Amino acid sequence: MSPVHVTAEVLASKRIGAFQHVTLVAPGVGERFRPGAFVAVSVGTGGYHLARRAFWIHQVRPLGGYAATVTLVVQPRGEGTRWLAGRQRGDRVEVTGPLGGRPFALPKEPVPVLLVGEGYGAAPLFALAERLRERDCPVNLVLGAPDEAHLLSALEARRTARAVTIVTGDGSVGARGSVADVLPEALRRSGAAVVYAAGPATTLHAAALAAEEHGAWSQVALEQRTTCGTGLCLGCPVPVVGEDGVARTARACTDGPVVRGDRVRWDDLARGASA
Amino acid sequence: MSVRVAGLTLASPVLVASGCGGTGRELAAYAPLSTYGAFTTRSISRDARPGAGGPTITETPAGLVHATGLPNPGLDAFLATELPWLLTEGARVVVSVVARDLGEYAEVARRLATAPGVSAVEVNLAVPDAAELGVLDAREPFHVGAAVSTVLRELPRGVPVLAKLRADPVRVAETVRVAADAGAAAVVLGGALPAALPDGRPAGLSGPAIAPLALRCVADARSALDAAGADCDVVACGGIGSPEDARHALDRGAVAVQVGSALFHDPTTAARTAAALSPDEGA
Ligand SMILES: Cc1cc2nc3c(=O)[nH]c(=O)nc-3n(C[C@H](O)[C@H](O)[C@H](O)COP(=O)(O)OP(=O)(O)OC[C@H]3O[C@@H](n4cnc5c(N)ncnc54)[C@H](O)[C@@H]3O)c2cc1C
Ligand code: FES
Repeated sequence: MSPVHVTAEVLASKRIGAFQHVTLVAPGVGERFRPGAFVAVSVGTGGYHLARRAFWIHQVRPLGGYAATVTLVVQPRGEGTRWLAGRQRGDRVEVTGPLGGRPFALPKEPVPVLLVGEGYGAAPLFALAERLRERDCPVNLVLGAPDEAHLLSALEARRTARAVTIVTGDGSVGARGSVADVLPEALRRSGAAVVYAAGPATTLHAAALAAEEHGAWSQVALEQRTTCGTGLCLGCPVPVVGEDGVARTARACTDGPVVRGDRVRWDDLARGASA
Repeated sequence: MSVRVAGLTLASPVLVASGCGGTGRELAAYAPLSTYGAFTTRSISRDARPGAGGPTITETPAGLVHATGLPNPGLDAFLATELPWLLTEGARVVVSVVARDLGEYAEVARRLATAPGVSAVEVNLAVPDAAELGVLDAREPFHVGAAVSTVLRELPRGVPVLAKLRADPVRVAETVRVAADAGAAAVVLGGALPAALPDGRPAGLSGPAIAPLALRCVADARSALDAAGADCDVVACGGIGSPEDARHALDRGAVAVQVGSALFHDPTTAARTAAALSPDEGA
């Protein structure tokens, strides 16, 4: 999955709830996509913002005569995300992708799976759900958010998954509470052999723990701050335990972004420590 | 456009700066490594360094503040895996080195001396948080001279030493003279300036933010070296992000440029700059 750096064109930009869905014509990016891959966007103009902003690839589909347009889900909150959310149809954006040395690993057998996503972080799970369904894996989904506006594509989720649990912080849709609250029950009911999680680190940690208690594998999609996203800057350290049991530091962007949940040293990650 | 840099003939005056090209594999996805005049490795130390915990890089207007802690696999692992791979990809390899003290510099250089395929050695004397990282703090010009001569003494003839110095216009003239006296075939100006992360941890500042300082260093270094009659090249580094930046530096007396943090913004920057400076494309 060798990435390309291209000047992409904004084909559409649509506000949905709290998010801006930005669709790009980015030749070569969508064609190489696998679920769990992301793009790095150079934001702003004139090199004022040197660090790039990473975004999950949410959807790849043919649109407007282009074979593989790429849709990102942007939650405008800081300078970079506001800049990208403010681009109009026809604007040009520098992107590199698809990035990520390790996207989600798919099970070899058609086992039941549980997908766990929170906020815009659920973006990479929808394409994953489709690939899993193609492999006859029964797909169960837990979607969380602080409120309805930050809940990603709940309707679409119901189409792809066998069972969907929705949980919001304010109880505006689904149960009131956090993803962590509903995980044990969702795991028990689904009988999942693999848990796939995307969202903030606390959610990923909860998913990894719940999976372990349940005797399932977990695959978590990390969202460490990525200055380059391409493996060059060494600025995205993740404390992990290697196959050999030795503590080391991995790069979130190229050794991840998806890693096995039981390999992450979560406490060290929270403390910002390394091997 | 082939150029002479530190006695070497390189295919392009555009080099990849240390610490900004990953292991080379990541950059090779965007252009063949033979595109660049040379690939400078991240700074390699005798023993493996895990690097600092995150966040280690933050953005500042037109720059980056970084304290990655010089992560690298250590000299043995580098020589066993990364160096041979870089060579098979057609890269000219400049090995950047860093060490705790002069004894360790000598040891690292001795082992590099017998490694095939090392075009040059760059001594990283621009580590902005050296004391915290436990590496030689080249605060005074005589530290620079001592490190350069120590490394040079261990290397075979024909493997030049480049001294990478911080973009400090206040001390640049005296520092480059000392480096040249000690035998450096080139000085690389300028590495990161001392800075701090928002939480106060010592760090380095790089990027377009330091470009004007680096340019001043290049110009002052060239005149100081000329005045001393020193046979020592100047390689510009620090905020080079376009062919125009590169031309400014070359016009001020640099023979080559290193492209660094601009690669984090766009991994094709160095390749595009190299193409723009080659006579076939640039005309
Ligand atoms: C793999 C991955 C996938 C992601 N997917 C999505 C997604 O699908 N949708 C979405 O909305 N967000 C996503 N994010 C998060 C998004 O990239 C960050 O939240 C974004 O960097 C915030 O940028 P901002 O400029 O809006 O925030 P700001 O609040 O302006 O940034 C906060 C501060 O951090 C600094 N900073 C921000 N980013 C970086 C960086 N990368 N390196 C160094 N300093 C930095 C800024 O300069 C600023 O000082 C993803 C992140 C990762 C790593
Ligand atoms: S973000 Fe630069 S190496 Fe991972």
